[in-house]
Order: sequence, then C-alpha cells, then structure tokens
Amino acid sequence: MNEKKLSRIKKRPADKFMYFLIYLCASLSVILLAGIIIYVFVRGIKSVTPEFLTTVTSVRKGTVGIAGNIVNTIMIVFITMIIATPLGVGAAIYLNEYAKPGKLVNAVEFATETLSGIPSVIFGLFGMMFFGQTLGLGYSLMTGSLTLILMVLPLITRNTQEALKTVPDSYRHGAVGLGAGKWHTIRTILLPSSISGIITGVILAVGRIVGESAALLFTAGSAKALPKTFAALFPKIFQSGGTMTLQLYLSATSEGDFDTAFGIAVVLIILVFLINLGTKKLAVKFDVKRKK
Amino acid sequence: MEYKSKMSIRNLNLYYGDNHALKEINMEIRPNAVTALIGPSGCGKSTLLKTLNRMNDLVENVRIEGEVLLDGEDIYGKEVDTTVLRKKVGMVFQQPNPFPMSIYDNIAYGPRVHGIKDKKKLDAIVEESLRGAAIFEEVKDRLKKSALGLSGGQQQRICIARALAVQPEVLLMDEPTSALDPISTSKIEDLMEELKKKYTVVTVTHNMQQAVRIADDTAFFLLGELIEFGDTKSIFSYPEDKRTEDYITGRFG
Amino acid sequence: MNKPKKHIGESAAKYVFAICAAVAILAVCSITIYMIAKGTPAFKNVGVSELLFGTLWQPTAAEPSYGIVYIILSSVIGTGACILIGVPIALLTAVFLTEVANRKLASVVQPAIELLAAIPSVIYGLLGLMILNPAMYKLEKLIFAGSETHRFTGGSNMLSAILILAIMILPTVVNVSASSIRAVSKDLRAASLALGASKIQTIFKVTIPAAKSGIMTGVALGIGRALGEAMAINMVAGGAVNIPLPFNSVRFLTTQIVSEMGYAEGTHRQVLFTVGLVLYVFIMIINLMLQRIRKGREKNE
Repeated sequence: MNEKKLSRIKKRPADKFMYFLIYLCASLSVILLAGIIIYVFVRGIKSVTPEFLTTVTSVRKGTVGIAGNIVNTIMIVFITMIIATPLGVGAAIYLNEYAKPGKLVNAVEFATETLSGIPSVIFGLFGMMFFGQTLGLGYSLMTGSLTLILMVLPLITRNTQEALKTVPDSYRHGAVGLGAGKWHTIRTILLPSSISGIITGVILAVGRIVGESAALLFTAGSAKALPKTFAALFPKIFQSGGTMTLQLYLSATSEGDFDTAFGIAVVLIILVFLINLGTKKLAVKFDVKRKK
Repeated sequence: MEYKSKMSIRNLNLYYGDNHALKEINMEIRPNAVTALIGPSGCGKSTLLKTLNRMNDLVENVRIEGEVLLDGEDIYGKEVDTTVLRKKVGMVFQQPNPFPMSIYDNIAYGPRVHGIKDKKKLDAIVEESLRGAAIFEEVKDRLKKSALGLSGGQQQRICIARALAVQPEVLLMDEPTSALDPISTSKIEDLMEELKKKYTVVTVTHNMQQAVRIADDTAFFLLGELIEFGDTKSIFSYPEDKRTEDYITGRFG
Repeated sequence: MNKPKKHIGESAAKYVFAICAAVAILAVCSITIYMIAKGTPAFKNVGVSELLFGTLWQPTAAEPSYGIVYIILSSVIGTGACILIGVPIALLTAVFLTEVANRKLASVVQPAIELLAAIPSVIYGLLGLMILNPAMYKLEKLIFAGSETHRFTGGSNMLSAILILAIMILPTVVNVSASSIRAVSKDLRAASLALGASKIQTIFKVTIPAAKSGIMTGVALGIGRALGEAMAINMVAGGAVNIPLPFNSVRFLTTQIVSEMGYAEGTHRQVLFTVGLVLYVFIMIINLMLQRIRKGREKNE
C-alpha cells in the first residue's frame, strides 16, 4: 500500500500566483495612501503656519494665507447643512413612517438614487443656470450652498432611513398604544433613537462639501477676501467666495502657487481624516445601541 | 467477524476554544456499509462527521487531538493535502446547496477542479453521476438550465451526484433529508442503499426510524461522548447502555 | 367611540414631510429639464452631425468649429481603460479583505481604502500634476525621441488621467464588491471545498460568480464615478482636444466644461451645455443599468 496517498500530488503554481496578486493589490491601497500622506505632508507642512491660517494672500501686505477660504468653507458648510439636514431627515421620515409602499415611494427613492449618481459638474451647471441666473443670485455662497444641498440630500436621507429602520416597531406600537400621535412619536421616540444615524449622514455630507470643487467653480466663485467684521459676514452670503478646496485647485493651476496648494492639501487631509474618525466612532456607538 | 476498516477514529478529542466538543472517540467505519451517527442536537455527531474530511479546519479556534485514519493513513498528518483528502471523502450537506450554475456545470465542477477538461469525459462523468444519484431521467433534458430551478429533493440529489462526480471512496452525509419532504426523503434513503455497494457511507440523522431503515452500523452520541456503537439491529433491539435505551425509546432528545 | 381630536400639528407634520420628500423628485426633474433646455439649442445652431461627429474643436477661431466627437471618445475610452485597470485590482483587494486576510491585516487595509475614498479629488489632481506628469514626460521623451509628428505634452496626457481615475474608482468598487462577496452563502463555499477544490479555486469559480450582480453594481458605480470626475483629471490631462491616444493631451466631457465655461460665450457656451447634456445622458444610462441590476437581485432573493 502506498503510505502517502493523501499528500500533495503536485504543487499548485496557479494558486500561489493568485495569492501573490491578491496580496499585491491589497498592499497597493495601503502604499498609495501612505505615499499620498507622506508626500503631501513633506511638501506642505512648512506652509501651514499660524499666519497661513489667519491671513489672506495679499501682494501689498506680503502675506500668504487662506483665512478667507476657511471662512467661506465654514459658511458654505453651515448654510448648506442648516437647510439640507431638515430636508433630508424630513424626506426619510416621510418615506419610512408615513408613505405606504407604492408609486410615490418608488419615485422618491428613484429620484434619491439618481441624485446621488449625478456628477458634481452637472450640479455645478444646474446651480449656475438655476440659482445663479434664473433666481439671480449670481456667483455667491448662497448659490453654492443651494447647489450643494441637492448634492448632499441623498446622503442624509439614506442614512436617516437606515437609522429609522433599526428602531424596533415595538417602540412605535408602544407609543401609539399610549395614545400618542404619529408626529409626537416621531419627535419624542424615533428621532432621538436614530440620532447617531442622522449625525453620521450629516458628517458624511460635511466631508463631501469640504472636498467638493467642481460644483462650486461656477456657483460660489473664487473670491478669497475675508470679511472685516462679524456683521460683514451676512452680506457675504450673497457675494462670491471660494472654499479651500477650490483655492487648492486655483493655486495648483492658474495661479501656479504650489506652496499654498500643498498647504491647503495638508489642512484638507487632516480635516477629512477627522471626519472619517468621527463617522467611525459613531458607527461603533450605533452598533452597540443596536445590539442592546 | 473479520473486516478491514475503511476509516478508523482513534482517541479523538476536539475543542472549540475551551469547549470540549468531542471526547475520546474511538470508532471503526466498515467499508461498503452505511454507518449512522445519532443523538440529540448538540451531541457532536455533525462535528464528528466534519472531522472525517477536515471541514472543521474552516472553523476558527478548533483544536483536534488523536488520529483519524483513512485506509491506514492519518488524515491529520503533516503531509496531507486537504484537497486530495476531500476528493476521496466527499460530503453532502443538510441544506441542498447547488451552485448557482447549470445542472451540468454543478456536476462537472468537481472533475474540472481536479483537472479534467475533455468534453467527452466530462459528459460521461456527468451522466454517470446523475444516474448514480437516481436523478438522470428527471433532468436529462434540462442539463443546461440552472440547478436552482429544481425542487428541494431534486437539488439534494444533484448535490449527491456532484459529490459522486469526483469518484470518492467515502461519502459523508449530514442530515441529508432533514430539509426534505417524505417522498424525497424515501428516494434518498433508497439511494443510500444503492450507494453503499460502491461507497462507504457515513450519515448523520436525527431520525431514528431512518437509522433503522438504512444503517448497518449505528453510533449513539451524547454530550460529545460516544455512548454506544455497533450493529444497528443490536443497538436498537438490545441497547447495552441505559442512556441509549432512553434515547431510542424517545424519553429525551 | 369618539374619534380623538387630532392635533393640528399632526396633520401639518405629514404634509411638511411629504414636501421634504418631494424635493428630490423636483430636483431631478428640474435638472433634467434644464439640461435638455440648455443643451439642445446648439444642435440647431451648429447642426447635429457637425456637433456630434465633427473632429475639429476651434470655438474661438474666426471660422469656429464645434466638433465634440473626440471629447466624447476621450470620456468613453478613458473610463473604459480605468475600469480595465481598476476593477481587477479592486476585485482582488475585495477578495483579500473578505476571504484571505486575517482580522489584523484586514484592519489595516480596510481603513486605508476608506481614507482613499475620502481624499478630495483636487488632491489627487495635485499629486498627479507633481508626480505623474513629470514621470510621463520622461516616458514620452523616451518613446517619441526624434518623432516629428508627435506634439509633446509635458506629460499631461490621457495615460495620466486614466491612472488617476483607476485609483479614484478603487474604493467604490472594493467596498461594493466586498459586501456582495460577504453576502455569498457559506454553504456554497463549503460545498466547493468539500469537493476537494482549493481555496483559490473556490473563490474564483464559486464565490465571485455567485457575487456577480453585486460586483456589477460596483463596476457600474465605478463607471459613473469615472465619467463624472472633473477636477482631478482636468489637472493632469492637458488642455487640448485630441484623438484619445495614450500620450496625447485630451479633454473629457467634464474637463471641457470645467475649463471653458468660465469664459465661453454665445454658441461656444451653448455647445458646452450640449457637452453637459451628453454627460448627463451617459450618467442616466448608468443609473438605469444600476436600477436593473438591483431589481434583478431583489428578484433572485
């Protein structure tokens, strides 16, 4: 009897080769990310000084800074989210709590899907035509924000919907059994229990806005001036203003100022990583709650 | 009676982490016979079945001590290639699990994996395997159609045919009829009767009548221990252990 | 029993939420109407065949010419090529995450992919400009040394854009593929292994085919992302409309809009809207494909 009948008949070179390819591809992402971070920080970290963050680039004063772009970014994020959040949450509540499955729900879900697939440059074109020209808002933070609302709406709607779906039906029945109205139930029970899902959507949307450039090029414009007083912030809403990301694009292309471009890149990467960390923390919290 | 064992289980212990799931199992599995493993759920009978073709290797934190011999060779030996082992020791699962492909491709999957490419050879193997699993007549006109379109009982026989196609020596069956209706069940039981002429069959069942009907040998397990093992008739007629008697008379389980 | 009086707020709330939900529909409808309204006049002014099949792009010449066929082709070929490069890498990475890596290794690769997805596209553009283009230029000088017909691009070319796009679609395809591979039943893997198939054979002959529709969704999303990407490739692909060859500087549908909308007037501007409309039609086709894949999956389940 052959003693080693079960041992390997032949090695599998094809399997070995596939494992090699799999490891190679997987390490590619890690290497790419590490490469990007290292390169950006090495080139850009020296640009990021207190002066860079608190002044505006001016040939006359001899300063290089992105304070104006930071303020523009914050304002656009703020205006967009203050409108998009209630809209997106409201839409999710309607889809999950009020609407009966049917044509309308299908239409809203189809529209939400479609919106999330439209490229930002199309949003930019539409925003420029509709908000900028038809509504006469021109190149302004307002035009940019209105455009971005449409862009981030699906993110908030979908995350809220996911969160609402995890609220057990017993909560709803319990509240209704006690004689509470639907809106009352939503306000006091459903929204509080799905808050971390909503915040996840909001943070993701903020991340999207911070990184956006194509949709803002023809809507919010590129001005980098810093409003001198707090009161001057309000008229600024209807004036042109470029975000950090847009300034990075301009610095790297038409302005040819790569120090500023890499400086902004450092700031953006830090921001984006913080945002990523935030959503992760929330997801963990979310999971813990769901398991209970 | 003198016979040579097809598989021998010697001092087998199996742990899932800290859980001692199989305790000092010793068993001899006769060639060309049906051996049934019975016992209440969680007794370790399915776990034991999976040690016979090393499917437990896929579970995390599993530790196995002792020996399992196939024709005298330890299947847990260092040199053993599990793909060679599993070609010899085939398996049919509790839930019919055909691949989402055509019936033909399901059956031809094993032979192809083991390097058979010749179309004529494959055609012959597919037909022979389907006949072996008593389903050829039912599906011969729809070999190119998806196996998922068949009934549960037919799917299970496709899975048996798929296992036969690699020409195994031992066929492990993990409660192969528990997800099926009575008619499909009796078809598969008849089939097992046929299969043992060519193969060694080890089956797990929770149905004692089934064990009586199909098995030559029966092993009764409780809480990871082999309580009693022997000829099916004697186990069911004159159980030596009180616990075996309690179980087969339906006092628990 | 008396029907309890409903609070006014209760019925008002319902309508308010319905209006919120309607915003998405309204937005898609208005975007579609605007794109069509603004994108079609150029067909009349320039002529359908000259516009769609013309190869010459000279919008500011004395005798202007508005052929966008090279632009369309660049987008199609660029997207196709980045899918050909990116999808296999992404698929193997998804296999790594789901089937090969232990928990420790996966916990390094998974976050890396999430972060790659989060990096703004202008940063990819910036790095492409600083690293990829000079490298491409070296290659270009090597390949076309002594050529009298080749117009040197300084490395701003189709190939750079394709590589950047391939990296940018990676996270989308990896994530969607990985979750569909995870969804494949353990029973199928077990069945394959029990037949004596190796792990690699099981992955490529059973698991991946079973996850096909999910992977196709990932690929379609990747195509959408690549077609719609503007800023990053605008920074690396050069500034001239050309036949989409690897070492030519090219314009894509998106980059054409981004780089000329700022100053275009009259018919030139109209044509840019038409370019936008073409892009919109492409995206809508991808969207419909996605919906069909999804419907097919629901049916299967």
